[in-house]
Amino acid sequence: MEPVLEIRNLNVDYGLGDKAVHAVRDVNLTLHRGEVLGLAGESGSGKSTLAYGLTRLLAPPGVITGGEVVYHPERSPAYDVLRLTDNELRAFRWAETAIVFQGAMNSLNPVHKISTQLTDVLRAHEPKMSEHSRNARAREMLKVVGISPDRMEAYPHQLSGGMRQRVMIGMALILQPQVVIMDEPTTALDVVMQRQILGQLIELRERLGFSVIFITHDLSLLVEFSNRIAIMYGGRIVEEAPASTIYRDALHPYSKGLLGSFPALRGPRRELAGIPGSPPDLAGMPSGCSFHPRCPKAFDPCSANIPVLGRPGTPDGSVRSVACWLHPVPAGEE
Amino acid sequence: MTIPTSSIEQVIPGQGSMAQPESVRPGKAKRQRFLFLRNGKAATGLVILGVYVVLAIIGPWITPYDPSARGNDLVQPPSADHWFGTTHLGQDVFSQVLEGTQSVMFVGFLAGTIATVLSVLIGVTAGYLGGKADDTLSALSNVFLVIPAVPLMIIITSILENASDTLIALIIGLTSWSWNARVLRAQTLSLRRRDYVEAARATGEKTWRIVIFELLPNLTAVIASGFVGTVIFAVLSEITLAFIGITSNSGWNWGTILFWAQGQQALGQGAWWWFVPAGLAIAFLGTALSLINFGIDEFVSPRLRSAGKTKLKTASGGTVRMRIGFTPVLSNSAEPHTHARPLPREAVK
Repeated sequence: MEPVLEIRNLNVDYGLGDKAVHAVRDVNLTLHRGEVLGLAGESGSGKSTLAYGLTRLLAPPGVITGGEVVYHPERSPAYDVLRLTDNELRAFRWAETAIVFQGAMNSLNPVHKISTQLTDVLRAHEPKMSEHSRNARAREMLKVVGISPDRMEAYPHQLSGGMRQRVMIGMALILQPQVVIMDEPTTALDVVMQRQILGQLIELRERLGFSVIFITHDLSLLVEFSNRIAIMYGGRIVEEAPASTIYRDALHPYSKGLLGSFPALRGPRRELAGIPGSPPDLAGMPSGCSFHPRCPKAFDPCSANIPVLGRPGTPDGSVRSVACWLHPVPAGEE
Repeated sequence: MTIPTSSIEQVIPGQGSMAQPESVRPGKAKRQRFLFLRNGKAATGLVILGVYVVLAIIGPWITPYDPSARGNDLVQPPSADHWFGTTHLGQDVFSQVLEGTQSVMFVGFLAGTIATVLSVLIGVTAGYLGGKADDTLSALSNVFLVIPAVPLMIIITSILENASDTLIALIIGLTSWSWNARVLRAQTLSLRRRDYVEAARATGEKTWRIVIFELLPNLTAVIASGFVGTVIFAVLSEITLAFIGITSNSGWNWGTILFWAQGQQALGQGAWWWFVPAGLAIAFLGTALSLINFGIDEFVSPRLRSAGKTKLKTASGGTVRMRIGFTPVLSNSAEPHTHARPLPREAVK
């Protein structure tokens, strides 16, 4: 599959010098064209920091201390997002990569009409567009996300939570970006609405062909909707595999813990187990594998060395990687 | 993908999370204390205000001439003998401005303090207690709001012969607290419904403690700006009273200078040195107080505070510019990928 966004060795810190907190460490991740990549993990595992870091949206004191974020446009050569100048970055954002923010329901300005807020971005990115075609595009976008275009003149408070969420998604898609980053977009909604919106998102993705990075702490949601899942812990990716593989056969004890903490709809009854302890303090990470103090299967090498994310020697040869000493990377392989 | 494990371990020492804050603390406390002065606006304002305070205290002793003493040089422009020139009676304008500083500063700050204390007491109490207390106190501040302060001051000071500076400050202070009280009441009404205040009330904290520890810190910026505003208002009021000749003209303040300059048609005579120094003194005092006000605003609001510090030093000695929306990228050691750039939208289509 063709990659659209490649994250290479991305490191993100909060603060500078000795006091810096390493929130994202050596993350390598590839988003392929047209796929939904799920990013899961507990609060404070670095999911949102990763998403905002790769778009350079982190507020001070966030700094990117290294790595590359290579974007592959559809018809022109690839470039590193982290090397763009301010104006280039402005042009890149939204047109190539759009974000639906955490708590998107409150991201709409309460004193402006939906139409104003939808056409605002068109005015900025495509100044030559006429007023009429701007409005036409906004109407079309509302229709695409399942809102009647006659709500164009509504104010945000006149819409329900789910509708506001859809407006936000429509707004993110209005310039037809290749990559859409969704940071817990459905957290504030009830499960019925969540399902509806996500179903619609998948449908839209098939129609418009964008790729999605979907950030959530709700692994059950990802199992259903994403193609691949990357699990983050303590600022690192600890496991990455196709969604069904993770669901059936998670290798990392942390992924297993996450999967064991929600009930399955079908299948035999089983005991639900949480993960003991609490997420690590990023300022004082444990040595070795950062999960080892909470890991039920920790053994000698876990506290001494950091496991490397790599392909374990699985017999079926599926494309997956894990960072765990239980599943060491065979020598010679990366 | 292999990661050099050793270098990572150097970055993250195996100490517990508690060890780190301990070692950082002494340096941090020191820096916090002078944080207010690191703000350029506040520092400038404080320096100017400091000069005024020093002049107010030592002014009367360092005047080169007795400000009321008549001389032979009538209406002289500034010279080495008379830095700010002389009046129609040969009085030294520089001495008058210096002598006048004390009265202006005294009245300004005393009135500002009285008005601020009153506005906090009445405004916060009304806002926090609500109900009957709020109605009564709001009615009181509404009454004071519609009292025209300057005419009232004119009436009171003209009844009392030879009103002293303290009395003038009292009158100004007692008539100018109501605007701030209203602002504080409105802000308190909004604050008292916030979750942390509700939580403090639910845990049974005493009213005075909630007001002092939960509400007042959030009102600091409002109170400070109210104080600064009232000081400026009081200074201008005192100068107005002196300028229109209501208060006694035996003592000197900048308004008295302007009173005489106006009375003797300084402008018509082209004697600019007579009124310009006093006017500039008023303007600089106002500027200093406003700068301090801006500084307080930035200092009190954590969001403005961090936004102020845009340039930071990295460990390697370089500087990083912190901006919202453009996260800085440090030392990218990897070789440049390509020079490709995003194409304009039209070109792609």
